[in-house]
Amino acid sequence: MSASAHTLDRFGVSARRRRKDKIARGSVVAATAIALVPLVLIVYYLLSKGLGSWSIDFFTTDPTGNTFFASSSIGGIKSAILGTIEIVAVASALAVPVGLGVAIWLVEYGRSSRFAHTVRFFVDVLTGVPSIMFGLFIYIALIVGTGSSYAAYKGAFALALLMLPVVTRSAEVVLLLVPGSLRESALALGAPRWRVIFKIVLPTALPGLVTGVLLAIARAAGETAPLLFTAGATMKTEFGLGGFMNSLPIQIYTDVTSPTTSVVNRAWGAALTLVAMILVLNLLARLLARRSSLG
Amino acid sequence: MSSREPRTGATQTTVSAERPRMSAKEQPTTTDGEPREEAPTQMLDPSRSQSTSTRTAGAGDAQTRANVRDGLAVKLEKLRAYYGDVAQVKGIDLDFHANEVTAIIGPSGCGKSTMVRCINRMHEEVPGARAEGRVLLDDFDIYDPSVDVVAVRRAIGMVFQKPNPFPTMSVFDNVASGLRLTSRGRGDLQHKVETALRGAGLWEEVKDRLSEPGAGLSGGQQQRLCIARSLAVEPEVILMDEPCSALDPIATLKIEELIDQLKSRVTIVIVTHNMQQAARVADRTAFMLSGELVEVGPTQQIFTNPNDSRTEEYVTGKFG
Repeated sequence: MSASAHTLDRFGVSARRRRKDKIARGSVVAATAIALVPLVLIVYYLLSKGLGSWSIDFFTTDPTGNTFFASSSIGGIKSAILGTIEIVAVASALAVPVGLGVAIWLVEYGRSSRFAHTVRFFVDVLTGVPSIMFGLFIYIALIVGTGSSYAAYKGAFALALLMLPVVTRSAEVVLLLVPGSLRESALALGAPRWRVIFKIVLPTALPGLVTGVLLAIARAAGETAPLLFTAGATMKTEFGLGGFMNSLPIQIYTDVTSPTTSVVNRAWGAALTLVAMILVLNLLARLLARRSSLG
Repeated sequence: MSSREPRTGATQTTVSAERPRMSAKEQPTTTDGEPREEAPTQMLDPSRSQSTSTRTAGAGDAQTRANVRDGLAVKLEKLRAYYGDVAQVKGIDLDFHANEVTAIIGPSGCGKSTMVRCINRMHEEVPGARAEGRVLLDDFDIYDPSVDVVAVRRAIGMVFQKPNPFPTMSVFDNVASGLRLTSRGRGDLQHKVETALRGAGLWEEVKDRLSEPGAGLSGGQQQRLCIARSLAVEPEVILMDEPCSALDPIATLKIEELIDQLKSRVTIVIVTHNMQQAARVADRTAFMLSGELVEVGPTQQIFTNPNDSRTEEYVTGKFG
């Protein structure tokens, strides 16, 4: 009895430490709660204001441009949805192969060479560049520089530039996770390096690579600034990459500044659509990440 | 099949007693260096060993054919290996006899692994690492500038400390991986995989689960899978870098039995921290200390009557 009391005395947590623990725990819980407030509010407002404008017509008709006469319809966001899908698809087709290529070079060949460090540094810098800079760059290079007009492919270029560092960085991290012992044993079997990369390293890293790519796509899909003065804005559904093309962020941007309530509501509906699309991509990415063999 | 496989000690002794004679008889055919000096790449060409075996065995069943294939001797001459500016192996001359098991013992950090990794040129895969001196595979310098490093590794296989089957592949694909990775995945893959798995003493245990993931096997089975993977590409030499250090005693015993069977067809170099293991499996043992070779000789002699006092201190457990 006395022994256990003695033990408790020595090993029990002191009141002072218990108090400190409470304060520390309280403050991190408070921080989490504060962070949750805007997140919950965003989702709440999106759902409450956006769901109202969702309808079959909303997804199947183009915006009409009519914002003054309440008698006629303002139209839906079909052109914006299809435009976003096309621009982002083209941007991904450009950025993903190049980004993966850079990551493979960095991990498998460049390693810790000076050039690799330089590349890594610039990739990091690019990751932090505000998205409007990519739009500006394309605007100056391909629109002012060539004296031509907005075009969908120019918007896709801007988004591709934005995606490139994201894809590279995430792919590099995933490739680094592939144990060196796998590369070694494949090399020791007498496999040439390119085969080791294609048959061993990439398949092992595949779920993680796909996750990174999907997250980069999701990021690009939501960007307004790079498209603002590169892809232009139009109402009709267009598929030609050489002409103007509508997109969800641009649709939201133009609608939300309208004085007409129904048009502002369309912006909410479009925003909800965009968030839903990105959410699906994120869920896909998570699903694939869970199947990853790299933990 | 399994009942005929030499597992018990008695069968093993007869088998290993027979085989050196066989290899001694074969030796002249593999050591006539003349044409090889002129066509160095020829000698590392995998098709060469194929033709040797068909000539000697007359394309009999795979088991016999595998048994009469020979390992090749390896000779280190003034081998030095560096990581950056630090010399980890400081000038070693050492012979590995064909179709024998040579154990490398020595305290941690003495350069055993580094030295062994120089033999199939895996050392240079480490950034900043390089090697000097010569490594002769049957009189042919594998560090010759004209040599294709990939061909060297096909002739000299390696088994690593930790079992590392490819995680995305099934048992079958793991064994076939070496063949596929070296563009020899055509032909009777099924047969080659079975032969390799039998050679690694794993066939009976995995024949019904060939399509399951290789990573799902036990640690010992994984290591034998890795041995089967190396065997499938039909190397002449197999390097083993502490192959049992991650395994339990029973799995270790199985690997040791396997090593004893394998030496009839390949030359084996095994790095080990376990001196009992060296005593059990090795024909010859080399003792290394701080990057230098202290002494090499028949295992019996190294453990009972070494020439160097440092060897004696190490094998009797006075340091290390």
